[in-house]
Amino acid sequence: MNADLTALVALVSIALFVIGLKRLSRIRTARGGNALMAGGMLLAVLLTLVEQGRVDWRWIVGGLTVGSAIGVLVVVRAQATQMPEIVARFNGLGGASSALVALSLFWAAVVEPERADTAVVALGLLAALTGVLGIVIGVTTLSGSILAELKLRGTVGDGRIPARSLVMAAALVTALGAGWVAVASADAATATLGMAGVVVASLVVGVVLVVPIGGADMPVVISLLNSFSGLAAAAAGFALSNALLIIAGTVVGAAGLILTQIMCVAMNRSLLNVMIGGFAAGVEADTSDYVSITSSDAEEAAMVMEIAETVVIVPGYGLAQARAQTAAYDVAKALQQLGVDVRFAIHPVAGRMPGHMNVVLAEAEVPYDLLYEMDRINQDLPQTDVVIVVGANDVVNPAAHTQPSSPIAGMPILDVASARRVFVIKRSLSPGYAGIKNELFDMANTTMLFGDAKAVLDDLAVELQKAAKR
Amino acid sequence: MGEVLVSLYVFTLAAFLGFELINKVPPTLHTPLMSGANAMSGITIVGALTLATVADARVSVLLGALAIVLATINVVGGFLVTDRMLATFRTRR
Repeated sequence: MNADLTALVALVSIALFVIGLKRLSRIRTARGGNALMAGGMLLAVLLTLVEQGRVDWRWIVGGLTVGSAIGVLVVVRAQATQMPEIVARFNGLGGASSALVALSLFWAAVVEPERADTAVVALGLLAALTGVLGIVIGVTTLSGSILAELKLRGTVGDGRIPARSLVMAAALVTALGAGWVAVASADAATATLGMAGVVVASLVVGVVLVVPIGGADMPVVISLLNSFSGLAAAAAGFALSNALLIIAGTVVGAAGLILTQIMCVAMNRSLLNVMIGGFAAGVEADTSDYVSITSSDAEEAAMVMEIAETVVIVPGYGLAQARAQTAAYDVAKALQQLGVDVRFAIHPVAGRMPGHMNVVLAEAEVPYDLLYEMDRINQDLPQTDVVIVVGANDVVNPAAHTQPSSPIAGMPILDVASARRVFVIKRSLSPGYAGIKNELFDMANTTMLFGDAKAVLDDLAVELQKAAKR
Repeated sequence: MGEVLVSLYVFTLAAFLGFELINKVPPTLHTPLMSGANAMSGITIVGALTLATVADARVSVLLGALAIVLATINVVGGFLVTDRMLATFRTRR
């Protein structure tokens, strides 16, 4: 194919990416935007395949087939609650792939040829250095993303690393130093050893980066790592002098950084504050026992709800975890039959990811107009008869307003404590992700409904349906 | 202007474009947008495809082939999972 024509087609692919990403940031056009981006990617892949001309296709076809199959399988098998983890995992693989591209380039240029040259001579200074950078960023993305996924799952808790910034600096310096050895050494064995050093040190960087960051901040971290994997692709693009890679990678890197910033603002945190490990570094939270917990059962709660005029349901991660979204909607429908005004209050970071609750409730086909974002519902809460909190904790914790020393101080919350009556459906009094006590549970107008979210909501729905028939 | 300088121009302008591209995003779209951008970073697949073009199993070729597999998972899975998240929104209008 003519080189100019190739470049023009690549330009179309880039345009699709940019327009797609823009449309993806608006609700009405989001799905189409995603499709445009996928189209841009397909075009880029086809273009590259055509451009190759006559090559051996075995590895390419095999790789594309295996990769597609795994990708489809992972998504099909995932449950709605696992989406955030899946995003983290894919992101790590993307970073790893960029690192592998740079490693492959290095191997072909330095280790495999008979006559030994340094990578700087064989590839050129810019390609050699950006290649190392691609490996460092890509591998950091990999280990950081894996750890983020484990933290989202709750497999790994928050840890502390003594003198973290020092360890981080040492690992970074080691990675870059080993990188210099790798690209400036003509001896294949020494260069390979240097590369191994780069990979190991970069793995450490990713781990040190993520270990102390609180689980509740994982969305921000994943967004940041997403920006990293874009930059890793851009670095690989420099090493290959491939404009398509440079542009698409850099656009994602920059846009990812902005998205990270937007998320931080939504949580009323600064990026620096998050990266230092705000929650983990916070004051040892007050974990003293609760003094005046009231608990009740579904039947009694239903009696309160059926005479209410307004009910607001606040879903949290517990709802997603118990897969109780349909049960929650059943309760809402039963209340509506009783003439009660029902709304769902969505905290921007309820669940494990921003927008997590929207995804989960949409699965139960809860109508869009029943969902209210925090700012819109907070002013109505003081006039609300009953609030039902389902598996949410930190996002309704009044400590964010009342205790300046609290790790979540200043975080915007749903001010449910101001409602006349609050029911909290929860398995136990265990703390939420921030690991702190929730004063709400102790308040006079709060009643706990202990149990599995789905079971309790099912019982509630049954009781309310009975009441509707009376 | 040398090739290196052109690359630098491209990089800088792309960075500006990325910074300006997204300004206001409703919280509902934070996760899907992150997911879509993540799929886009799988663009590295284009680089990987140029590295495994011979039949023999040299290390560089194997690394390239593995890069193809991982990038393809990122791309295919990434766009699919984003679409799955967004598909659920549509039923609500």
